[in-house]
Amino acid sequence: MLLDFEKPIAELEAKLIDMKLLAQENNVDVSSAVKSLEEKIKTLKKETYSNLTRWQRVQLSRHPDRPYTLDYINAIADKFIELHGDRSVKDDKAMIGGLAQVGDHSVMIIGHQKGRNTKQRQLRNFGMANPEGYRKALRLMKMAEKFDVPIVTFIDTPGAFPGLEAEERGQAEAIARNIKEMFLLKVPVICIVIGEGASGGALGIAIGDKVLMLENTWYSVISPESCSSILWRSWDYKEQAAEALKLTATDMHKNKMVDDIIKEPLGGAHVDPVGTAKKIRKVIIDSIDELSKLSSEERIAQRIEKFGAMGVFVE
Amino acid sequence: MTWFKRTEKGIQTPTELKKEVPDGLWYQCPECKKVMQTSAHVLNSYTCIECNYHARIGSKEYFELIFDDNQFTELDPTLSSSDPLEFTDSQAYPDRIKASQKKSGLKDAVRSAVGKMNGIEIVISCMDFKFIGGSMGSVVGEKISRAIDYSRKHKIPFLMISKSGGARMMEAGFSLMQMAKTSAKLALLDRERIPYISLMTDPTTGGVTASYAMLGDFNISEPGALIGFAGPRVIRETIGKDLPEGFQSAEFLLEHGFLDFLVDRKELKSKLTDLLIILKGKVTEVPQENL
Ligand SMILES: [Zn+2]
Repeated sequence: MLLDFEKPIAELEAKLIDMKLLAQENNVDVSSAVKSLEEKIKTLKKETYSNLTRWQRVQLSRHPDRPYTLDYINAIADKFIELHGDRSVKDDKAMIGGLAQVGDHSVMIIGHQKGRNTKQRQLRNFGMANPEGYRKALRLMKMAEKFDVPIVTFIDTPGAFPGLEAEERGQAEAIARNIKEMFLLKVPVICIVIGEGASGGALGIAIGDKVLMLENTWYSVISPESCSSILWRSWDYKEQAAEALKLTATDMHKNKMVDDIIKEPLGGAHVDPVGTAKKIRKVIIDSIDELSKLSSEERIAQRIEKFGAMGVFVE
Repeated sequence: MTWFKRTEKGIQTPTELKKEVPDGLWYQCPECKKVMQTSAHVLNSYTCIECNYHARIGSKEYFELIFDDNQFTELDPTLSSSDPLEFTDSQAYPDRIKASQKKSGLKDAVRSAVGKMNGIEIVISCMDFKFIGGSMGSVVGEKISRAIDYSRKHKIPFLMISKSGGARMMEAGFSLMQMAKTSAKLALLDRERIPYISLMTDPTTGGVTASYAMLGDFNISEPGALIGFAGPRVIRETIGKDLPEGFQSAEFLLEHGFLDFLVDRKELKSKLTDLLIILKGKVTEVPQENL
């Protein structure tokens, strides 16, 4: 599948392949034409991806080919054992977690999980966790703390599930508890927004010593569509809403709500998933090494201080 | 057979309320449509004398109902909103703030105060729904955080009265982070073993419910209050069905195990007092290892 702004590039790339094939079949030299077309593609890519609107970033964050939590785990972990269940109600397939070996480090990896085809999307509930997902996440975080294992979370959700049973089983309570408990975790916590970071559903696993965003992701209190429907009373103002919400990695970093941005390859993470995963792996290892130099009390104090400073007001 | 006879405390009407309301004004209950004298309604702690419907009231009224002789010191009264994101929808955010301040006479959607409740010191943060739907932005988060800091510093129990549609969209990421900020402060309050009572009133939804409102040592509510994470409309659209009667009501939450008890507003002060009296002795002693 191609996004609108990916199409002109894809067309040129297709043209380039045709040209090469034609030249091969007819045994003619088209090297100068190939070269100029390649230049054109390069220029167009640069132009497109250095001028993305906020809404286009949102589109990239939801690209159907974009790597999901389990894709990254498979790419970065030398060993991984998935752990299931909240020990109370069920195993939430929209929130996964488990113990992993990444280089010399043991880590607990937890993340929202989306599905790639219709069947998987349903199984994963479109990455929208229920309370048992948040409670599973907390159970695994407490286990990590017990065994002194650093925690890595991958955030990729359009929101916590707004369903009947979710309310009955205390969606709000589950998220609130996670947020509070994460502040007191004694082990290093690294949170990475890999796709969509929507509201409390994202924040429920996003309290960390390092909170990072991949370049083409968004993180805010509401999705542009919902914001449009509430403030503009129509679904048609999502582009304006995305602009107004200042929800990109650059915005969130500038406003000091995330610690850093992880660059993606030109065109987005889905163009080079392996390369993106390598960068994530390096960031995780470097962050653990850095955070391990602090005592647990220092990390907790800094974590609380960092979030405590967020907000802008007039005395 | 009654073994013990409980001393009836009776319902106390704050003296301030008695003085304030002139006769001759009328109030109609939005629930049962009964018309009554405003003074009777106020003296009944703003609940219907016929059907007990708890009218939506704000910080001014709750402070009157809880603080002895309506005596209290307001904390951080001047804090007000900035416009960090230069947010504009149908209206520029600073204009919305100004209009709301003018209309409500409030600086923002929460007020904090310290005072005495039947002689017991208490810090209260109380939300005002009439200020942009009681929405939580940077000011709300900061004022609640500072009120918790005050509680911690002086070892005084903290009461949060929530009434909110959730996070304030016009502060986007900043309003989301207020959930984190307030919860961080509550984690410290928890470690220091200072009691935190969360009173959820009609309505308490969204990011407010998913942070400080649900984190009380005691989560309590007034009867009939709407409490939830997602709003009823969103849930209805998601599941494509009508919601069962009483869904997301305080009674529903009590039944599902998320509230400790419901409290009639007329008994709010005496019940909170009883609770803190029973806890007394645990309030001020903080073991060294928890500091
Ligand atoms: Zn009535």
